[in-house]
Amino acid sequence: MPASLPTDSVGIVTPELIHFAEPLSLASGRVLPEYDLMVETYGQLNADCSNAVLICHALSGHHHAAGYHSESDKYPGWWDSAIGPGKPIDTNRFFVVSLNNLGGCHGSTGPTSIDPNTGKPYGPDFPFVTVRDWVNSQVRLADHFGIQRWAAIVGGSLGGMQAMQWSIDFPERLGHALIIASSPKLTAQNIAFNEVARQAISKDPQFHEGRYYDHETLPKTGLSLARMIGHITYLSDDGMAEKFGREMRTGELSFDLNTQFQVESYLRYQGEKFSTAFDANTYLLMTKALDYFDPASEYGDDLSKALSQASCKFLVVSFTTDWRFSPERSREITDALVAANKDVSYAEIDSDHGHDAFLIDSPRYMAVFRAYMNRVANELNLGVTHES
Amino acid sequence: MRADLEIIADWIQPEARVLDMGCGDGELLDFLSQQKQVDGLGLEIDHDNITHCIARGVNVIEKNLDEGLASIDDSSFDSVVMTQALQVMHRPDLIVEEMLRIGNEGIVTFPNFAHWRARFYLAFRGKMPVSKFLSYSWYDTPNIHFCTFKDFEALCIERNIRIIERTVVDNEHRQRWWHKLWPNMMGEIAIYRITR
Repeated sequence: MPASLPTDSVGIVTPELIHFAEPLSLASGRVLPEYDLMVETYGQLNADCSNAVLICHALSGHHHAAGYHSESDKYPGWWDSAIGPGKPIDTNRFFVVSLNNLGGCHGSTGPTSIDPNTGKPYGPDFPFVTVRDWVNSQVRLADHFGIQRWAAIVGGSLGGMQAMQWSIDFPERLGHALIIASSPKLTAQNIAFNEVARQAISKDPQFHEGRYYDHETLPKTGLSLARMIGHITYLSDDGMAEKFGREMRTGELSFDLNTQFQVESYLRYQGEKFSTAFDANTYLLMTKALDYFDPASEYGDDLSKALSQASCKFLVVSFTTDWRFSPERSREITDALVAANKDVSYAEIDSDHGHDAFLIDSPRYMAVFRAYMNRVANELNLGVTHES
Repeated sequence: MRADLEIIADWIQPEARVLDMGCGDGELLDFLSQQKQVDGLGLEIDHDNITHCIARGVNVIEKNLDEGLASIDDSSFDSVVMTQALQVMHRPDLIVEEMLRIGNEGIVTFPNFAHWRARFYLAFRGKMPVSKFLSYSWYDTPNIHFCTFKDFEALCIERNIRIIERTVVDNEHRQRWWHKLWPNMMGEIAIYRITR
């Protein structure tokens, strides 16, 4: 944490584990008898529960979206740029709920949790979950807080898919969906990247068919490779050129396989860091949820028909250099919403940061985000619920 | 209130679905949603304008109109409006065709290059007209396809477009008797209501 807390930070936050005792039927046909969700909240829920905003996380995200867990934290939550007092999702006006999705590895029930039937971690036996399963679990989370209708559901990438699914499956339960750097379905190229990542993990000798906990080991090499592949696709060519260029760690070519270029060393560092911080089974499961997402498939592959179920208003945002979830995909969503005669606004933000741009504070992105959230607050006549 | 907004509002049915191509900061759609409860959508390219639209609750889609509107279905809007943007298009004729494909009616406003001041400027100074209203020099102007009322009406005849109504005003959108007398000489801005 910085020496003193920034005034626009939500400050020190404490996650909360919420237990759900009712069984949850999953798209796969399997049933989770009970489960926990790890949740953080920021701001205060108003008396009529109208000011709640749900944050849906992306592939490797979790519940810790804003603020700090302790004074020794070096970095704040993953979307601290957007959530806080006076920030686009203004915690002086909104009550923000952020969770770790089912199947995650940050406290919610997932592959690392103990299977009550066996007394051992689920591991590879944890059911594959879909975006719709997540939404169903989030509905219960809303019920837990007494939130009948979210003021807005906000998500980037895989998080945007959850916002979209909410709008289709529970149209009455949200006022606005903010779908950022997302896609109505993955392209073949995108699924291909996920498959290479999964192969890297499952071919690691330490993977043991997903039962690496039993062997007291981790498929670090595989997960690290998976992350490196992913990381490349989250950056842009221009962004990498600017950040690393062909800069070398040592002055001359060494004619061996040691890392020489800065970009190699950066990727290895990112991969290694991730390989011990994240669970491989969760990574496999989350990439599958991405691959499976295709809400139009239930409506004769007509996205506009799928989205015609929705009654909320939409903001769709894309970033010019994002090639993993390109502006074309966001325009597909926007066009389908226009064809379905829904209220939609769309902005295409200039950025060098590729897919990662949705996490990065940039002036135009934040201005659009802020303007839209102000509109949400004004429609609901939300005043300031608390001063931080 | 800008007078042209009121003229346009008169031509739009209550609760109509309206597309504003080049909607600027959303003033017209905001006005129409308040006065006529229209279901409006704006297309805009300017970043600040897009943020203004979002802030005032006007639906806006970032779009370069010159790249075409193929993604919008036929007859999906009751009215398609384009104010003061025809002259910046690469192909104004195609845009007018698109307006009438997407919408049942089109409303177009543009500056009249045959206004007497422009004629005198070119005739006596021998230079491209520059005025308070059209303040760009020839080399940096976004207005690349100026036309006159007569030119526009000729295009409509050529493309079988029917002009339902036309109002000619000055650059403050006031209607004067002399605009009716000699529109192509005296009028500065025309507001056309067209259909197929």
